[in-house]
Amino acid sequence: MALDKAAVAHIAALARIKISEAELNPLADELSDILTWMEQLNEVDTSGVTPMASVAATGLPMREDIVTDGGCREEILVNAPRTARGFFVVPKVVE
Amino acid sequence: MSEPSLLALTLAEARDGLARKSFSARELTSAYNDAVSEIELLNAYITPTPERALAMGEDADQRLARGEARPLDGIPIAVKDLYCTKGVLTTAASHILDGFHPHYESTVTDKLWQSGAVLLGKTNLDEFAMGSSNTTSYYGPVENPWRRPGDNRPIVPGGSSGGSAAAVAARAALAATGTDTGGSIRQPASFCGIVGLKPTYGRCSRWGVVAYASSLDHPGPMTRTVRDAAIMLRAIAGHDPRDSTSAPVPVPDFEAALTGDIRGLRIGIPREYRVDGMPREIEALWEHGVEWLRAAGAEPVDISLPMTKYALPTYYIIAPAEASSNLARYDGVRFGLRVEGESLDEMYELTRAAGFGAEVRRRVLIGTYVLSAGYYDAYYLKAQRVRTLITRDFVTAFEQVDCMLTPTAPSAAFAIGERSDDPIAMYLNDVFTVPANLAGLPAISVPAGLSRDGLPLGLQITGRAFDEETVLRVAEVLETAAQFRHLPGFVAGGAA
Repeated sequence: MALDKAAVAHIAALARIKISEAELNPLADELSDILTWMEQLNEVDTSGVTPMASVAATGLPMREDIVTDGGCREEILVNAPRTARGFFVVPKVVE
Repeated sequence: MSEPSLLALTLAEARDGLARKSFSARELTSAYNDAVSEIELLNAYITPTPERALAMGEDADQRLARGEARPLDGIPIAVKDLYCTKGVLTTAASHILDGFHPHYESTVTDKLWQSGAVLLGKTNLDEFAMGSSNTTSYYGPVENPWRRPGDNRPIVPGGSSGGSAAAVAARAALAATGTDTGGSIRQPASFCGIVGLKPTYGRCSRWGVVAYASSLDHPGPMTRTVRDAAIMLRAIAGHDPRDSTSAPVPVPDFEAALTGDIRGLRIGIPREYRVDGMPREIEALWEHGVEWLRAAGAEPVDISLPMTKYALPTYYIIAPAEASSNLARYDGVRFGLRVEGESLDEMYELTRAAGFGAEVRRRVLIGTYVLSAGYYDAYYLKAQRVRTLITRDFVTAFEQVDCMLTPTAPSAAFAIGERSDDPIAMYLNDVFTVPANLAGLPAISVPAGLSRDGLPLGLQITGRAFDEETVLRVAEVLETAAQFRHLPGFVAGGAA
């Protein structure tokens, strides 16, 4: 698959990563090479094969719906860029 | 005991010496703190923690004095900076995690401290564990303590657990934790001449380990000997309700499995691992390995893993797909780096552009693409189907054999910068290690010889799921036969 500049710009927008105009062409070549290399998987007949998401035993374990942790507001706020009255202060992220 | 001789001990020897009171945990810790300073130019540690180490060593001494010794009491250990450590800067070697101090401890490191181990510091790695040479770290590349004789160019330690491997090899940690998503414990172990064990998926909890590709990430030990790996694995393994993929299975005494007796074991030699362009010296070392195990009474068996050549492209679809999803959390809002923008979207985009290095950006973009509408089936779902076939190959092979012997990597370590211009050439480093991640199987790298230009080479034993005991038993026999006694040119305390 050959990606063009516009495709890379679209992927970058989806990934929320700013890519400068100058980086688009080299990145398009590089990603195209990688995708072409990946396409060797098309040689493999996978009809009727179930996709595998994880080797772990299927089904998620259940537990009692009880509080197991908490009461550590001060510790959690240590990494906050700004705090006020025990809350994170962040840019508005919900329209 | 003088410092250099303390630094030369294995974990098992240090444990026994502490128990006999030949030296104190404080003395051992202090020697290792000095060693950490001495190897600073290798850039193996991002954050040394000498004061904490001394305090932990003193606690261990008190328990030892009271006769309440724990399994790893007083053992100085380095922790890959991908494990969250409570109150200690945790970076994943990424700019985007600037200043991040977790308020929790990863399960694996918590188990280490509960066992009495001492934290020497947090080691360097490829950014978010994405790389095979430890050259993608925001904190700069790590140097391998090995050099080619007569050649002064710095050599890569492998990756992504390159700082851990370099620290253990240079005698600036008795052992270290690593993580292995596509070979990130085993390949650096091979490049630095140490032992690296990737346990079975689910054996060691991933809770508190910064996620790269959740279905492929495996925490595990990096040590000087196979016995040390067995001791450390026992300490860090076990079911953890906080990791939904953690396996509720008992933890055996892995050290007790090291009987030295492998008579009658069937060792698979997969023919597809004879890849084009593999150096003759690696093939020769592999043949030596087969002979060593045969001489010890095991039976080599030729086997086929027909899907081997598809493991790498499968991995390089699945891992970036999972990474693009896992790394979506780094948005500059609640912690880490933030670059302000005119709009919310621009803030996200500028933060992530500044916070992620080139390789992380590349993988997030690839992952985003293979998961995007219209391409999901062609790439991601296709790779998941091939993953099923790769796993089936192993299931079939393990009907005939008890474990497998292969090289760990298709080359010895290379010079820093030698391969950085071609991402695919770099990905080929993982050709022998990636299959065990896709299938979740235990695999260990054991130092087995030197390349023509004087750098370490490892051999790999891969086993059945949750059969680390056989893997370790065979690995120890291999280790004994290989008699790898070489030291890197640069070790803390000088070569004793």
